[in-house]
Parts: sequence; structure tokens; C-alpha cells
Amino acid sequence: MSTTVVPPAAPPPKKINRIGLEVLSYKGGKTTLCAGCGHNSISERIVECFYELGVEPWKVAKFSGIGCSSKSPAYFLGMSHGFNSVHGRMPSVATGALLANRHIIGLGVTGDGDTASIGLGQFMHLLRRNLPLIYIIENNGVYGLTKGQFSATADLGSKLKTGVLNDLPPFDCCSLGLSWGATYVARSFSGDKKQLQAVLKTAIAHNGLSVIDVISPCTTFNDHEGSTKSYSYMKDHEEAINEVDFVPFYEDISVEIPEGGVQDVKMHDGSTLRIRKLGRDYDPTNKMHALAALSEAEQKGEVLTGVLYLDTSKPNFVDMLNMADEPLATMPVSRTRPPKEALDQIMEELR
Amino acid sequence: MSTLQVAPVETRSNDPERQVINDFSIQIATVNGSGSQTANMVLMRSIFQMGIPVSGKNMFPSNIAGLPTWFTIRASEQGFIGRKKEIDFLVAMNPETAREDVLKLDSGAAVVYDEPLKLNALRSDLHFYPVPFDKLVGPVCPEAKLRKLVRNMIYDGILANLLSIDLEEMRKAVFKQFGKRKAKAAELNMGALTAGFDYAAQNLTKTDPFRVEKMNATDGKIIIEGNAAAALGSMFAGVTVVTWYPITPSSSLVETLIGYLKRFRIDKESGKSTYAVVQAEDELASIGMALGAGWAGARSMTSTAGPGVSLMSEFVGLGYYAEIPTVIFDVQRVGPSTGLPTRTAQGDLLSTALLSHGDTKHPMYFPSSCEESFSMAIDAFELAERFQTPVFVMLDLDLGMNNWMSDPFPYPTAPINRGKVLSAADLERLGGFARYKDIDGDGVGYRTLPGTAHPNAAYFTRGSGHNESAGYTEREDDYINNVDRLNRKYESIRKAITPPVVDYNQRASIGFVAAGTSHYAVDESRHQLKKEYNVETSYLRLRAYPFNQDLIDFIRRHDRVYVVDQNRDAQLLAMMRLDFDPADIARLRSVRYYGGLPLDARTVTDDIVRQEGI
Repeated sequence: MSTTVVPPAAPPPKKINRIGLEVLSYKGGKTTLCAGCGHNSISERIVECFYELGVEPWKVAKFSGIGCSSKSPAYFLGMSHGFNSVHGRMPSVATGALLANRHIIGLGVTGDGDTASIGLGQFMHLLRRNLPLIYIIENNGVYGLTKGQFSATADLGSKLKTGVLNDLPPFDCCSLGLSWGATYVARSFSGDKKQLQAVLKTAIAHNGLSVIDVISPCTTFNDHEGSTKSYSYMKDHEEAINEVDFVPFYEDISVEIPEGGVQDVKMHDGSTLRIRKLGRDYDPTNKMHALAALSEAEQKGEVLTGVLYLDTSKPNFVDMLNMADEPLATMPVSRTRPPKEALDQIMEELR
Repeated sequence: MSTLQVAPVETRSNDPERQVINDFSIQIATVNGSGSQTANMVLMRSIFQMGIPVSGKNMFPSNIAGLPTWFTIRASEQGFIGRKKEIDFLVAMNPETAREDVLKLDSGAAVVYDEPLKLNALRSDLHFYPVPFDKLVGPVCPEAKLRKLVRNMIYDGILANLLSIDLEEMRKAVFKQFGKRKAKAAELNMGALTAGFDYAAQNLTKTDPFRVEKMNATDGKIIIEGNAAAALGSMFAGVTVVTWYPITPSSSLVETLIGYLKRFRIDKESGKSTYAVVQAEDELASIGMALGAGWAGARSMTSTAGPGVSLMSEFVGLGYYAEIPTVIFDVQRVGPSTGLPTRTAQGDLLSTALLSHGDTKHPMYFPSSCEESFSMAIDAFELAERFQTPVFVMLDLDLGMNNWMSDPFPYPTAPINRGKVLSAADLERLGGFARYKDIDGDGVGYRTLPGTAHPNAAYFTRGSGHNESAGYTEREDDYINNVDRLNRKYESIRKAITPPVVDYNQRASIGFVAAGTSHYAVDESRHQLKKEYNVETSYLRLRAYPFNQDLIDFIRRHDRVYVVDQNRDAQLLAMMRLDFDPADIARLRSVRYYGGLPLDARTVTDDIVRQEGI
């Protein structure tokens, strides 16, 4: 008698990326942020982008300051070192770490409270130095952890849940980025999955400072009528200036050539940022153009999203220091302690 | 009535036969920005080259040009190189202060002055030497705009003649000061110096008793500033990331370091540097960068003064709690607030020991010499990495910015210890690690560096509550467990850090405790107390904080222990109060000076005599 043995169903093959890692390898701890928080969507996009590009997670170091946004690095890339530092001063910590090991991929996550108030000084100098760092501003216009005070990016006339009106103008982090030296400036919306992915992937490929201002509504304190950083306001006022696609260096660029109004920008690592112009005549390599467009949109109450500016030619801060290629952190003593003859020579000069 | 045999305090006399050899102080009063520093260094160096122990102290204003400056040079046969309170020889070049400078002198002092100032009319108990500087400088310096600078070399020539300083040594010192590339400037200055010498020889009659005679007490020694010594220590410690923000009196530490790094830390083959130096936007950023670099594995440092340390406070607390190595040099100046930026003090001790909010405490080194500025810089980098914490090196303006004679620095032979860092291979063997777990019982956990190619290498660094695995926690037991371990680590540091230098005197019932540059005044004061009052003393010189058992033993072996502080609030003593039993504290007395000048022996001696009721 024969019996039919039904073999157990083979588990579906695990999905892995080009370096053989599952998406799980890019995840972090469980989020403690509120349900529906825009920051959680951004964390998910970060996980997807690093996974899809096949970046080795241990090559990444995460940096943040203080605030809801700054807690989020614990919720993605668990295999990457993370440093949750002090309020508004994450840029200095990231600078030091990237000097110690120039091969680290630096990923900074900050918020509007962290960057646009106490952190404004360090943000300015970060821009000026063009540090090779991905600097994501999770911008909700409000202080969440201290329960809902206005931040310095809250729009003039926007209203708190308590009815308090904001009577001071906002800092526009993209305008600041453009004015003071960031070599890649983009704005996106936490709810726009496709655009945010392309914007983030470009930042990973960029060899300079990327400033990415992501409007990320706070569901608890700033997602109501009267808020200009709410889901509904963004739905009505977001205007994408371009449609962006990111083609990694390992994919064939010739596939799916879109028609008309397309601009390809070659990234440092061989990837391509493909920008399709929308409606307006916009040139993302022209800084003055970008500033004018932002200013114009502000007058109209629009929120421009997309790639605002990209310059792949300017040298970054780490390259400018003319350091040896080997990380300073792990350089052997034979290279960091001059020989006895050097000390003898110095002593002789001082006699 | 005291039963002590009291020797008479030396009094000056105008006895023409009296000679004072190799034991006097010279004060040169000039205007800031007049270029007198070169002339002063030539003078100091010449005496040094003649083998006589010498020290130079610059008392300068917080200003670029136009305010009064005094430079004092002390020659001391016995090797006392602290500041001497009494001035024996004044060079009065500054019309603004000349009158007051002369009136302050003790009877019998000598004065070289610019003839038109007519200072000789002020007093009759001094030795006056008028010199027509403007008339002399014209012929030796045809270029009018250089005369202001060259004029100062004339007083070097005058003093060479009056004090019997070898003209050939002066010449050597001039060329040393200008360097080979500026031979023409050296010749010009030497011309002025010679003109001064000749003028004195032909026109001045020596009536004062002061002169120098060759010795051989400086053979093999070097002249260097404490800041430069600390810079060299840092370079030979293998520093790789230097982040700083300029502030008096610490700027020259990093500036000197940059000069040496450019010479000795560029790869010959590739032309690439084995270091990074960043002038940050402020001290908030310089400490952030230093911590970021230390976290990522570099030997990192920053250098600052009191106002900078105040700004760094929050970050240093993070460094303590998240356990990140870095070295912070604090070249102390007079506070509070902006205070007296160009005057010296030891007023940051207490606030630095406990810098930042919450329960924090930090190790500190107290170098008292250039040799120690060098060696303790190296020690500080070792300690920081071994114990994964910010470490302070507390210099002061007197040590940092003045020129000191020093023994040449020994090349460090101990191997560099980078502390408990796990590599990818270690992780492969261990399977993983818990960042803040006390495996070895010394309170120090194992860390990994970002970029370590292993799936288990990462951990999350935070200033918020964390457990042994570096995970976020608000649990009571996790918190207590962690800060108690930090305390154990601190006790390990106490055992490992440099012990004090103790000089027990079996006949002494009183002792001194001092740190840093207070040493020179204490050393000389002990000599004065013995010689003038027949009082025996013991001495413990602190070299680091936290304090150890040696200090407690020392206190217990004496009836009274005088703790010398260069601040108003007896900060060193207050730090002992935090650590020690009340019975031990009861034996402590305080000697304090906080006027901004380097501490002098007479001030200490007078205070001890007063407090002891001698």
C-alpha cells in the first residue's frame, strides 16, 4: 500500500537584498512614539532605503539630539551604532565621529525644535562645513515631548490645539540649507512614500551634506484645523516641484527612459537621480532659483516638495582636511606617535 | 613670647661693598604691543645660558596694544623659580605706570629709566640709571617705523653691562630668538643692544649690588611654556582629533600643537595627515566634536579656560554618563564670568570636579611643571580610554603661558593602552556583548566602535536612562545599578590615577598640601619658614583628583595641615571636605591667594606665621 506523503509546504524563499540581508536586519526597536506619528513613517522609509540599496548597516552611524524625532534612531537600523546626544548639538557629535572614522555613513535625525532653536548655531556651521552627513529634519512645528508648544518652524498665524496663535514668522530649514552651504536640499512629506524614498536614497548616495526637511505631522498636538503642519493641510497645499526617481549604481539606467522634461544627475557613487519637471520651470542646480521658488511658495501658502537643490561638485569637509584614508580611530601607534628622534629634535630646539 | 629662634629677615642696605649675586628679580614695565617680549626673552635666555636658574613671568593686559605690561625675571642661585614679591631691579619704559612702579619699590632697588621721565626726583633711596633711549635708537635703527621695537633691545644692553651678563651670551640669545631665517633682524637688534651696552659702560656708574655670575645649574635644560609642553604631550600620546575654540590663556596650547602636528604627523609618502584639527564655532561644539570623536574611537581632545568649561558642562555630563573618553585641558584664569582673562588662578577646581547636573564627577590632573604638563597629557589620554570618561588636565595661566626652564622630556616608553574595545573577531568569539555590564569588577564595561564590521557590534549611546545592554530604561533598579557601577569605576580611577608627592619631615607638626603652580611658592615658603622662623614643615603635593589614601594618612600625621588655594573659596579644601571624615577635616587650615598674580612665597609664609601665631 502506498501512502502519499504530503511534503510540508516549502517556506517561501526569504527575501534578501544584494548583500544577502533580510529587511529584518535593517529594523530597530519597537517605536514608543504615538500611533500615526509622521516620524514612524520616516523610520520605515529609512529601513526600506538602506535595505533596498544594500548598505551594510554596521557602516552606518545614527546621530540625534533631543525630542520625539531624536528618539526615533532607536527604532530603525538596529545593527548600526547610534548616538542620542544633547539638545541641538548633534551636528558637533556627528562631526567628531566622522573625523575619527571617515568611512562611516553618517545619518542624523533631528526635529524642528532641535534644529531651529537651540541647534540653529550648530546647524549653520554644519551647513558651512558641508559635512558628509544625511541630516533629516522631522518637522512638525511643535514640541511634542513637552506637550505641544510652538517651535520656530511653526507658520505665522498657525494655531495650537489650545487656540494659541503663532505670531512670529518661521525659519524655513530648506532656505537656510540653501543659503549657507548644504549641497543637497530636499523637502518631502512623511505621507508621501514614493517621493520620500527617492529623496532619501539620493541622500545616501550624496557625498556631502544632505538637508532633508520632512513635514511630519504630530497627531497628538498639531494635527488639527489651523495647523499648517497637519495631514489635511499638507494634502491641500503640498506642491511637488518635480517627480524624482533614484536609480542605484547597480541598476541599468537605460531602462524606462521617461519622456520629456527629464534631467539626470550623476551621483558620486555612480547612481543617478532622475528628476522629472512638473508644471513650473524649475532648475534644481540653480540655488537662486530654488530660493526664489521657496519664497514665492511661502507667499502663496504652498508647501513645495521634491529636490530643491543638488550640487555634486563641492568638496566636503572631511575631504578638505587631507586626512589619511585609514580611519584615525584605528590607526596604529606607529603612525600616531612620532619617533624618539622627533622628540630629541624638538628638545634640542628648545635648549 | 614665642620660644622659637627667629632669624632677622634680610634687610637691604646701601652698603657699597655689598654684593647680591644670582639672587634678584628684574621687572620690565612696558606698554602692551611695543614688542618688548623679544627683549625680555633675550634677557631671560642669556641668564639661563649662563647656567643660573631663572624664571620669567609676563603680566599682561587683556588688550592688543596700549595698556601696561610687566615682565619679571627672577634669577635664583638656590633654584627658587616662583614669583618673587619684591622687585630688585626695575626697567621703567612705560610713562603711564613709571611713577607708581618706582614708588612701590623697596629701598635699595635699582631703576633703569627713560631719561625724560626724570624718575630720580621721586625718591632718594634707590639706585637710578637714566638712559636717553630715543637718542640712542636713532643711529642704530635708520628705519623710523622699526624704532619702537628695536628701542627695547637697548635696555638689554644696559642690563648686560650693569648686571655683568656676558655679551656673547646675549648675542647667542638674540639669534636663538630670531631664528636663522631672520638674521638681518637679529643683527639690527644686536646693534641696538650693543649701543645700550656701550652707553652704560661710558656713562653709568654702577651703585647697586646686583649682578650675575656663571653657574652650571641649567645644563641640558630647555625653556618652554606649559601650554607647549601639554601640546607635545598630546602629540606623543598619539592624539588624532583636536577640536577647539580660541580663548585666553589656552589658545597657544592648540596653536603650538598644530605647528608640531604639521611637522611630525604628516605621512611622508602620501602627504596625508594622521590627525584632524577643527576650530569649532564655540566650546559647545568643540566638546561635542571631541566626544563624537572619542566615541568613534579617536584619541580626542579640546583645550579651553573657565568660561569654556562652563559652556561644556552639559556635554561633559553626557560624556560621564554615556562613558565616552576625551581629554579636556583647562588653562585656568581668574573668574567668575569673564573675570581677569590674562591673570592666573586655580578657581575652576571645585566646579570642574563635579561639572554638570545630576551626580557627576570627573578625574583631573594637576601638573605643576612643564615636565608634568607633558607627562600628564599622556597619562590623561591613557586614563580617558582606560576608564571611558572625560578627563581634565588643569593647568593655569602661570604654567601655561609663562616660560619655564625644564628638564628635557623623556620619550614615552610605556605601550599605549586603548582600553576595553571589542573587535569584530572578539564579537565573533563572544557572540555579543552588553555595553554597560561590569564583567571585570572594575566598573568599566566593554565598548565597540562604529564601523566595526559585525552584526552584533552596534549599541545605542544615550544620555537618558540605560541598562546594562544600553537599552532605554526608567526602572529604579536599572538606574541605581548603573550609577552605582559608575561609582565603582570612579573608585577604580582613584586607585589608578597619579598619587601625590609626599615629603614627610619627622620633626614637623604642620604640613602643606598644594597643587599645580602653588608648588613653587610652597617650596620656597618652607625654606623661609625654616630659615627665618625655624619652623619645620611637611609637604604633600597633589597631582590628581580623586584624592587617595596618601592624603588622608598625611593629614592624620600632622596637627595642622595648610591647604594652599589660588582662589577665594578654598576649593581644594572644599573638595577634601566632600570626601573625608570630619575628624580629618578638623585638622585642615586654608591659605588662599586670589589676586591674579602667580602665588609668591612671602604671601604664604606671612599667612602661616599669622595663623600659627609665631
